[in-house]
Amino acid sequence: MNVIVCVKQIPDPANPGALDGSTNALKRDGKLIMDESDSYGVEMALQLVDAAGGGEVSIVSMAPNSETSGMRTALAMGAAKGVLISDPALAGSDALTTAKVLAAAVKRLGGADLVIAATESSDGYTGTVPEQMAELLGLPSVTFAKKVAINGGTLNADRQTEAGYDEVTCPLPALISVTAGVVEPRYPSFKGIMAAKSKPVEEVKASDLGVAPSGWDGAGQKITNVAQAEARQAGEVIEDDGEAFGRVVAFLENLKAI
Amino acid sequence: MTLNNVWVFAQVANGVPTTGTLELLTKARAIGANVSAFIGADGASVAGALGEYGATKVYATGDLAGALPGVAVSSAMKAVIDGGNKPDLIMFPQNYEGRDVMSRLSVKLDVTVLTNNIDVTVDGGAVSATTPIFGGNTLVTTTFTGSGPHLVAFRPKSFAAEPAGGGAAEVVAAPVADAGAAKVTAVHVEETSGPKLDEADIVVSGGRGLGEAPSYSMVEELAKLLKGAPGASRAIVDAGWVPYSYQVGQTGKVVKPTIYIAAGISGATQHMVGMKGSKNIIAINKDKEAPIFGVADLGIVGDVHKVLPKLIEAIKSRG
Repeated sequence: MNVIVCVKQIPDPANPGALDGSTNALKRDGKLIMDESDSYGVEMALQLVDAAGGGEVSIVSMAPNSETSGMRTALAMGAAKGVLISDPALAGSDALTTAKVLAAAVKRLGGADLVIAATESSDGYTGTVPEQMAELLGLPSVTFAKKVAINGGTLNADRQTEAGYDEVTCPLPALISVTAGVVEPRYPSFKGIMAAKSKPVEEVKASDLGVAPSGWDGAGQKITNVAQAEARQAGEVIEDDGEAFGRVVAFLENLKAI
Repeated sequence: MTLNNVWVFAQVANGVPTTGTLELLTKARAIGANVSAFIGADGASVAGALGEYGATKVYATGDLAGALPGVAVSSAMKAVIDGGNKPDLIMFPQNYEGRDVMSRLSVKLDVTVLTNNIDVTVDGGAVSATTPIFGGNTLVTTTFTGSGPHLVAFRPKSFAAEPAGGGAAEVVAAPVADAGAAKVTAVHVEETSGPKLDEADIVVSGGRGLGEAPSYSMVEELAKLLKGAPGASRAIVDAGWVPYSYQVGQTGKVVKPTIYIAAGISGATQHMVGMKGSKNIIAINKDKEAPIFGVADLGIVGDVHKVLPKLIEAIKSRG
């Protein structure tokens, strides 16, 4: 069983985000790391390939400046190889173009039994790329999967809903997006980290994939204003001296909540 | 200026249109001359309610018979558009089904999407949508440059639902052209007792500061005492303490209760987006540098394990 996982390399969320002054897009010029949301998909892929008793996990990623440090994390966890699409012409791409590029990269790898993505990235969180990829690849999809099992050529998944969850079944090949917590991601071992350095990552341009880069001009959308939201004023902050609960009681009383 | 045709992807729960649907219809009739609802279900039973909020037409696929809406509803939308009824704008709710349908449709129509928005404006033919970023501190407005239909998803509670008093909407059959290969085989409802999280007047949420899963029962007890709903930060949902349906935040529910009590929640951007709109916020956290205190009306720097039991006792003793 071969699985392809889409991995986004993002600025470290521990650092405050900033917008680029000229494009108003999120700055992504520093060191990038693997989006933590993607660690669940990588882990799930490794477990499914293990359970199938054969096959491999491949990684696809689109990032500026030939960045692979986030992909190496996935390779260190156990993925076998990767395709990186890095092309200045893709800067400013919208979600649809991103989906076209990633879908083309999946095809370049010869497709897979299963394609896995996170439900949304932690930096841009548009949240449409997985389902757009499924449509582009002509695959059935189960988004927001929180439990996944493969039985022969069939995928069974629990899919998050507003009210609870649905049990969904679909034939392979298919695409799924997985929620955080679907599995417990492993930490890369030292051996894994060393091995990842020499695992193959093919770097390609949009033209190698036959995708017309849209970039800023073709994105179909343009940021036209950035404004500060009205800030909420902080109120009173008190240290608990053992009696602070009384202040909460008084606060609730004032609002007729009790 | 208004648009000629605006569609709203409508959803039904327990036989009636969802609040989110009514919110979007209310906004749609402010910016569109002709408002239609598009529903992945039977249309006749909800045509009255949808009409009351401004829809003059309901495109209805009929029962999806276990098909997932992403493929099924987008194929029905594409068929109507190919048939010559092309909307200028389609408004989607920012939820599971809304995202799937708009994603599939964006590929079928080869148009871009804008998600996570809280407002939309029309200036001449130009449609712009506004989304909050960095935990809601910055508002980014993006304008569509290509041709429509423009696809926009909105967060819950972006608009207030108000009836327009219109008559029942005309039901138009919009058959599914492609049901897709994925099938729903069983539906599970994880309803909690008490008010729904996103509709409750009081919400009590717990986070990592609770230390361990059993401590969450204090949050549930306090919520019950206050006739509110219990909520959670993403951290403890990911840790498996409570189901995903409890999650407040960017990737969970957006709540705007009269009172929001955050117990052991530091206030990650992810979480703040989902609760900053609350009228009154009380925060209890050990770390006095926690960002949650920046938005709290009353902040208690203290251990939730000490403050919550006393608070619960005090409220109980009032009878």
